[in-house]
Amino acid sequence: MTPNPYLWLVPILPLAGAAINGFFGRRSSKKAISIIALGFCGAAFALALFLAAGFSSASAPYYFNLAHWLRSGSFQVDFSFYLDQLSLVMLLVVTGVGFLIHIYSVGYMWDDDGYYRFMSYMNLFMFFMLTLVLAKNYLVMFIGWEGVGLASYLLIGFWFTKDSAAAAGKKAFIVNRIGDFGFLIALFLMIKHFGSLDFTRVFAAVQTLPTETAGAGLLTAIGLLLMVGAAGKSAQIPLYVWLPDAMEGPTPVSALIHAATMVTAGVYMVARSSAIFEGAPMAMMVVAIIGTLTALFAATIGIAQTDIKKVLAYSTVSQLGYMFMACGVGAFSAGIFHLMTHAFFKGLLFLAAGSVIHGIGGEQDMRKMGGLRQYMPWTFLTMTIATFAIAGFPPFAGFFSKDEILWKAYSSEYGSWVFWLTGVITAFITSFYMFRLWFLTFFGDYRGTAAQGDAHGHDDHSHGHGHGGPHESPWVMLGPLVVLAFLSLVGGWIGIGGRFEHFLAPVFQSGAAAELAHETSGEAAGTGTETLLMLISVGAAFLGLFLAWTLYFRRPQLPARIATGLGGLYQAVAHKYYIDELYNVLFVKPLIDGSTEILWHGVDQNVIDATVNNSASAARHISDNARHMQSGNLRSYAGWVAAGGAVVIAYMIWMGVWVR
Amino acid sequence: MIPLSYYLLLSGILFVCGVLGFLIKRNIITIFMSIELMLNGVNLSFVAFAAHWQALSGQVFVFFVMVVAAAEAAVGLAIIIAVYRTRETLNVDRVNLLKL
Repeated sequence: MTPNPYLWLVPILPLAGAAINGFFGRRSSKKAISIIALGFCGAAFALALFLAAGFSSASAPYYFNLAHWLRSGSFQVDFSFYLDQLSLVMLLVVTGVGFLIHIYSVGYMWDDDGYYRFMSYMNLFMFFMLTLVLAKNYLVMFIGWEGVGLASYLLIGFWFTKDSAAAAGKKAFIVNRIGDFGFLIALFLMIKHFGSLDFTRVFAAVQTLPTETAGAGLLTAIGLLLMVGAAGKSAQIPLYVWLPDAMEGPTPVSALIHAATMVTAGVYMVARSSAIFEGAPMAMMVVAIIGTLTALFAATIGIAQTDIKKVLAYSTVSQLGYMFMACGVGAFSAGIFHLMTHAFFKGLLFLAAGSVIHGIGGEQDMRKMGGLRQYMPWTFLTMTIATFAIAGFPPFAGFFSKDEILWKAYSSEYGSWVFWLTGVITAFITSFYMFRLWFLTFFGDYRGTAAQGDAHGHDDHSHGHGHGGPHESPWVMLGPLVVLAFLSLVGGWIGIGGRFEHFLAPVFQSGAAAELAHETSGEAAGTGTETLLMLISVGAAFLGLFLAWTLYFRRPQLPARIATGLGGLYQAVAHKYYIDELYNVLFVKPLIDGSTEILWHGVDQNVIDATVNNSASAARHISDNARHMQSGNLRSYAGWVAAGGAVVIAYMIWMGVWVR
Repeated sequence: MIPLSYYLLLSGILFVCGVLGFLIKRNIITIFMSIELMLNGVNLSFVAFAAHWQALSGQVFVFFVMVVAAAEAAVGLAIIIAVYRTRETLNVDRVNLLKL
């Protein structure tokens, strides 16, 4: 443990940017806003690079206690930050990809009236995300956790005058709250049983507990509750429904928050809590099953979506499923590896999609695209790299991480061939829908109208200039695309030979050490199988490419016929398996009806309001009658006095009789 | 020996007559007399009890009451005369200048 005083500056810098732009942005010029937003975000990135340059595994982890926070008896929580190999990876991904997307946003959002607001929110998001990543205890992590939820809400509902955007923002926030509920209870359990929320102290306490192989116990409970939180934030079954709707936000937001960084917070949290999960195999199993199911489920929905961003959204859910699968089978480093490469290629996919949307005037329906290859060559090139990366073609980044996950799903002690097989099927579907998107968008003939106005499209993108045909985006947007494309191409190479895993090994000591031993012993038997499995998954990717090529390039009439042929099944997939409708019937409607009929009309109006109103009207009626006693007629007063005296005397006589 | 209850009954009747007279009558002098009647009803019960319990305090109290009643009569009659001079009436319902 080495103190490092620079740690707290990393999150604070974007916060300063957010504050300056938020308070003074309305009156400043767009240029000044851009300089501040990019400057502070870039400074955070530079500082992260500086920290990375000075990082040595020998002196890691670094920490810094900024201030005391809660002190209650032996229970202490401080504002403290922590940097180990895991947070370093996250730190670089968040600041790096975040900075690129900030640059991109300058081009994408320039014409928007809320430009300063957007930039301020983006910086605010960076602050919370970095707090989450750099936290040294669960409570500081929870600040970041809630904060990114807030930033996500603000940015999904950025165009808040649009009903659907406002509703999507609310949906994201509420669904996340359900997950946070689980997270919070997990924290309470930790406080109760470990008396601390500090990572090092909690994990040290966990190490002393036996592994809960026989039955479920404390660690299983904590693990499952943490997974509930992670499922909310990282859009896993059953809480994934908010993420596709979150595409109502501006595209850079989708790229930064809902693809590259925030949604991976759940994976990071699970990986960070690896010590807890390793003590609870049942919780691990649940994580793996949820991840695998989500991966497959979301991928199938992705096939039938027509909105380019919705396809990418379901793809994100599916890829997050992969990461959870990896964590669930104990391959935390593989999950983080995929998290990193996914941040590159999925961020790139979203930004390229944004560039496409920008280039054709706000249209998001892929059926109205096509043939854009010739209009926007750079977007096409970068998107191609990203598509190949996510589909898992070597030597692109996605291949290495996905292959690592699939291999671990098969070979790890927690793994099984079921996970592997589902993973390969998902890889095939992923490849298919991504190439479907690719062919539909960039090949064939342009199916949109040449001169599009402003009043259309989902992505209310107001263009000052009259919009002609499709055109390439400005370089301020293409630059980040190119950098991310480069990273999507080479980003996976750091995983060759298990280097990434070795780098992260100190964080996941217990499991990773066992795994390494396991691997070296089973090396001879493993290599052949590993190669075979690798070939199968690459084959699946090629199959997906081939199928997409057949259906959407060679014979474009075929998909419609297949769709009608499949009938109900196709409808179910196109309507996302009616999950939203199901949740509506199961949860939302009973809740609203119950609140309206029982709580509002029943309890509030008939009990609480009625009590207050009736006591008020009763008081008024009684006073109304009593008021007549005060008539001003002196003799009636005297009469009342006499009557009162008579009553008192009667009472005394009666009591006297009674006593005797 | 006349029993105590007879005195008390007479005292109660006198007091109730006073109360009713006070409530019902409008003539200010009659009201004044009703008050005297009530005082004397009470006085009667005082002396009756004093005789019954062989205690002097009740009779002493009656003297006090009589003194106060005399003073009240002096002041009250003076007020009545003053009222009559200004309002030319003895009906209490007409003496209502301070009423709203």
